[in-house]
Amino acid sequence: MKKVAAISFPSKGVAGKTGIWRVRKPILDRNKCVRCLICWIYCPEGTILRKEDDSVEIDYEYCKGCGVCSNECPTKAITMEEE
Amino acid sequence: MNIKDLDREEYILSGNSSCPGCPASIGFRLIGKAVGKNAIIVIPASCMTIIHGVYPHTAITLPTLNIAFATSAAAASGVSAALEIKGKNYPVIVYAGDGGTADIGLQALSGSAERNENIIYICYDNEAYQNTGIQRSSTTPYGAWTTTTLKGKQEKKKDVPKIMASHNIPYVATASIAYPIDFIEKVKKALKIKGFKYIHLHAPCPTGWRFPSEKTIEVGRLAVGTGAWILYEIENGVLKLTGPSKNLIEEGARKPVQEYLKVQGRFQHITDEMVKVISCEIEERWNGIKMVINLQKVNGT
Amino acid sequence: MIQVLTGNHSAAYAALLSNVEVVSAYPITPQTQIVEKIAEFVETGKLKARYVRVESEHSAMAVCIGASSAGARTFTATSSQGLLYMSEMVYWASAARLPIVMPVVCRTLAPPWNIWNEHTDMLLVRDYGWIQFFAESNQEVLDTIVQAYKIAEDERILLPVMVGLDAFTLSHTSEPVDVPEMDLVKKFLPPRANVPYVLDPSNPFTLGNLAYPSHHMKLKFMQHTAMENARKVVLEVDDEWYKIFGRCYSLLDNFMCDDAKVIILTIGSSAGDAKEAAKYLRKRGIAAGVLRVRLINPFPAKEVSDILSKVEAVAVVDRNLSPGNGGIILEKVKSSLYSLKNRPFIKGYLAGLGGKDITVEDYIKIFEKTLESYRKGDSDMEWFSINLEATSL
Repeated sequence: MKKVAAISFPSKGVAGKTGIWRVRKPILDRNKCVRCLICWIYCPEGTILRKEDDSVEIDYEYCKGCGVCSNECPTKAITMEEE
Repeated sequence: MNIKDLDREEYILSGNSSCPGCPASIGFRLIGKAVGKNAIIVIPASCMTIIHGVYPHTAITLPTLNIAFATSAAAASGVSAALEIKGKNYPVIVYAGDGGTADIGLQALSGSAERNENIIYICYDNEAYQNTGIQRSSTTPYGAWTTTTLKGKQEKKKDVPKIMASHNIPYVATASIAYPIDFIEKVKKALKIKGFKYIHLHAPCPTGWRFPSEKTIEVGRLAVGTGAWILYEIENGVLKLTGPSKNLIEEGARKPVQEYLKVQGRFQHITDEMVKVISCEIEERWNGIKMVINLQKVNGT
Repeated sequence: MIQVLTGNHSAAYAALLSNVEVVSAYPITPQTQIVEKIAEFVETGKLKARYVRVESEHSAMAVCIGASSAGARTFTATSSQGLLYMSEMVYWASAARLPIVMPVVCRTLAPPWNIWNEHTDMLLVRDYGWIQFFAESNQEVLDTIVQAYKIAEDERILLPVMVGLDAFTLSHTSEPVDVPEMDLVKKFLPPRANVPYVLDPSNPFTLGNLAYPSHHMKLKFMQHTAMENARKVVLEVDDEWYKIFGRCYSLLDNFMCDDAKVIILTIGSSAGDAKEAAKYLRKRGIAAGVLRVRLINPFPAKEVSDILSKVEAVAVVDRNLSPGNGGIILEKVKSSLYSLKNRPFIKGYLAGLGGKDITVEDYIKIFEKTLESYRKGDSDMEWFSINLEATSL
């Protein structure tokens, strides 16, 4: 391969640490979480991290705080709080 | 298929340039989970151009060709032709917006479909030129505000899946980002079919449609629930409703369209008269579907 | 083997000999026979290629870009309106550094509709970053297209190549052409290496996404440098071709220029008639010569100026027009001579637009007019042989 054109390689954070965009922060209540993975599948950003046991964690470094996870959670386990 | 069965791998990495609540990102994540790592992506000028970031980095982990606005179906045909001659067997997937599909890219799309090129063409339809700042496209629905239709668009939405079905290609489907399993199953089905596959993905855009970013999925669900967006697939010419749309064939089963319209700022200005026009348009589209289904019943398909 | 071939069929045979893997084209007069012949090669199994029969030239080039990005050796051909219609992708192919080769059958642009020869079409895309040749004969068409792949795929180049052949005077005119043996061509031109890149899941990357201005400028510098390398690589490849096939073309076709007092500088097939005119003048004791520029882009400015520095008067005959500016080659020649201390007298002629004949007699007149103008010091560009007094067009 010859690097003569714009050839880009996969990398996280192409727009920087997008967590700083956030004005509202999703907070997960583990007691209410039923591991249905609905937040994981709908998250536009891939910042709901799916663990081996299908529990989830939020990647605040990149989460933009859109609130889709909170809006879609069937057990209201994720709430949005002001940053 | 169940959410738990889905690929854990991410094919579009976080920290990319999408707006919060972006449906194009959701769509791409789902495609990745349907196809895995052995695929080649073609992207015309669109929101995705911005989303995957700036040289020398990219958020997309699959090999990706960025190409000029009008040419994604043609460029994908070229990639597919090269793979065939080289004896490689990877799916080639176009991920294009509605402008690149229904407007400037329609000629190349039609050409590629007519030639039955072995590609999967997925249009994420956010119903306007969102990337350039919310200008109307031919898939913007009647009545919707955009920066070039200040009083609401006066014309109806172009029915691209119907146009594609007229090409007699082996597979046409509609989908919605609100119904990920339905969408993923359709992409997986498309992977197994040789020839041209077209999937039209409804993609509610918080930025352009003027709704809060957490409502992306909710708006998508309302589009389907009110019948404004219909989920179906046409496999070898046979149409089948899929997902929740299966149960919405009768008007009474659908939610009133106002529920879909009222959550979106782009419809804030519309009058009762305009709502009537929209309702009629939805009904017309359902009637078309019903007619096809009834005809298929008569013909025993 | 010597075959009697049109310019179009010479181009098609060149594609066959180059073992192109993906061909994509849209028909346009007078290019059609190229793509018809290739269709025949593919359908009879002579050429193992995918032939993508697209719905437009814009798509033809997009298919080539897609296929070339995925590693295939690709070919297309067009003309005139088709070249302009695909022009967005013509620029793209070069900026993406893809070694695509495309003969262009040079034809007049409409309106009014006109299918005859003019060079404006190809010269309009001169600055699109393609290496550009203009051929004089059908043999040169064939040889240059095969050479073009070797040049385009050279690691120092990695740029697409366009080969111009004149509408009808070459495209549809039969000449004896020596079609080289496939085995010899294979030695000269091995299969395309994985340059500059190949889209493949085994090494995922993204091509052509956004770039910052500083990156963009660096990429342009690299593209420019590669284009500058072309002057050298073209000669190397030509030399290698000569050693195997006994024919060579260089950057310029120097016809009796070395001791010439007056020279006609032109491009394309009509140079043959200019050469006849030069021979005629030589018989009458006038030291005339013809300089045909074969490589138009990058323009061999130094080589042209070396030759022109030794002559007294130069006529540049342009079969193209930049309205309001005049002949495109004239401007290029003049700027090439800027650094010379003793610049020759130059007079430009616009001739043969829309396929208007330029006969041997016309070239004799141009030689004579140039010498006369040189004596008078009249270097104004001239519209050759149009009758502005006539009541109708």
